[in-house]
Amino acid sequence: MSIIPDRRLTELDNDEISRYSRHLLLPEVGPEGQKRLKAARVLIVGAGGLGAPLALYLAAAGVGTIGVVDNDFVESSNLQRQVIHSTRDIDRPKTESAKDRIKGLNPLVNVVTYNVALTAGNAMDILHDYDVVADGTDNYQTRYLVNDACVLLDIPNVYGSIFQFEGQATVFHATDGPCYRCLYPAPPPPGLVPSCAEGGVVGVLPGIVGTIQACEVIKLILGEGRGLIGRLLLFDAWRMKFREVKLEKDPACPVCGENPVIDELIDYDRFCGLTQPDEDIDGITPLELKARLDREEPLQLVDVREQHERNVFIFEGARPVPFGQVVRRMDEFDPHTEAVFICKVGRRSALAIRALHEAGYAGKMLNLLGGTNAWARDVDNSLPRY
Amino acid sequence: MAVTILIPTALRAFTDRKAEVEIEGRTAGEAIAAFAGFYPDIRRHLYDDDGSLRSFINIYVGEKNVKDASGLETPVQDGETVMIVPAIAGGTSPAPDCGACPDDWGLRP
Repeated sequence: MSIIPDRRLTELDNDEISRYSRHLLLPEVGPEGQKRLKAARVLIVGAGGLGAPLALYLAAAGVGTIGVVDNDFVESSNLQRQVIHSTRDIDRPKTESAKDRIKGLNPLVNVVTYNVALTAGNAMDILHDYDVVADGTDNYQTRYLVNDACVLLDIPNVYGSIFQFEGQATVFHATDGPCYRCLYPAPPPPGLVPSCAEGGVVGVLPGIVGTIQACEVIKLILGEGRGLIGRLLLFDAWRMKFREVKLEKDPACPVCGENPVIDELIDYDRFCGLTQPDEDIDGITPLELKARLDREEPLQLVDVREQHERNVFIFEGARPVPFGQVVRRMDEFDPHTEAVFICKVGRRSALAIRALHEAGYAGKMLNLLGGTNAWARDVDNSLPRY
Repeated sequence: MAVTILIPTALRAFTDRKAEVEIEGRTAGEAIAAFAGFYPDIRRHLYDDDGSLRSFINIYVGEKNVKDASGLETPVQDGETVMIVPAIAGGTSPAPDCGACPDDWGLRP
């Protein structure tokens, strides 16, 4: 059954009939389906890698109202995958850039932009105007926020997420199936992979996953086809393999289970552990490290970046030990000499320190704050930031 | 019983980039424990301090989440696949700004 009630349908004019003729030729869409698309209101959270194909295909398909939430600005490193933005859009708000592109593609679409971060304070107000939400965010706080708001408002949440070469997609709609919390009751604590891998992503991956999300949105609006409710689609772009696993509702789910305990939005930063400082890790700034190296103080430098990153540039004087191997290769470190752990932005190195600490390494360890990117900014401008 | 463990990209840093390994085990829990024994760096990403599976990790035997079967006691057949599926959050902007990891995570002094 369509999520768009008949009473909201309006007639198509001749321009619309021409534009959408390839839909009208399909019995599964037809004029009635196209009217549902025209009446539909879809909110896209995140105008990035997933949001780009979502917005473009939903606009092309004739979705009447598209809302876009994002508080970010276009950067050159986004353009490798966020195909809704162009080179000339660099430094513009993503919502504005996305709006221009949507309007250029289909001026019939009503575009509503929210150039803000989605928060527990504004999510209910923003989401309640929409029939379906497509989640293209990039962090756990917003994922749980979108999930809870959708459950509380009874809105289907078309989910997609990506990491390097892998994607996941499903449809969460708590009245008909599970929600995100049924699948993952809690996020990874900060500092544990996979939340914090400085991973990279193959640019076409969000194009594929976001397009799958767009397809699910359209089927929900049409009330046709077989949707992904209760099924989690797993995609490996590098092996070009799709897998599907069952996704069941958790009767003990705190937000959509039999005895829900969450009946309003919560503090998602706290839920995701973002408000608890990591007091056990000592940091060193690039300038402090430079000064200590200039004084020839005894220090062992450990570069926990991967081999392919060291091919970008070598951090001189550092022993390469990829962060996934530090525990296994603990014997290579001298516990009597202070060790400085180095990665690209200072997060995997913190992770390595915590892992070594838990594994019983007794030597003093320091984290290079901001990683090689900060070193390149503050100490050695000849090095690239990546 | 030899089963194939399918390793997600997010955890391949701990498995020398291997995407799958064959391992012996009669249950999902035995297979995963043997796997973690083989790659000790991965252990803290799979298990809580009390030894239970972390809440952002799901284990599937075939298409079935072990949470919806007998948990880590879920039996595995010879030749079956045991798939590890962690939560991933990417979508907008991974590195360098790595939206999943804001600068205020307390890693600064």
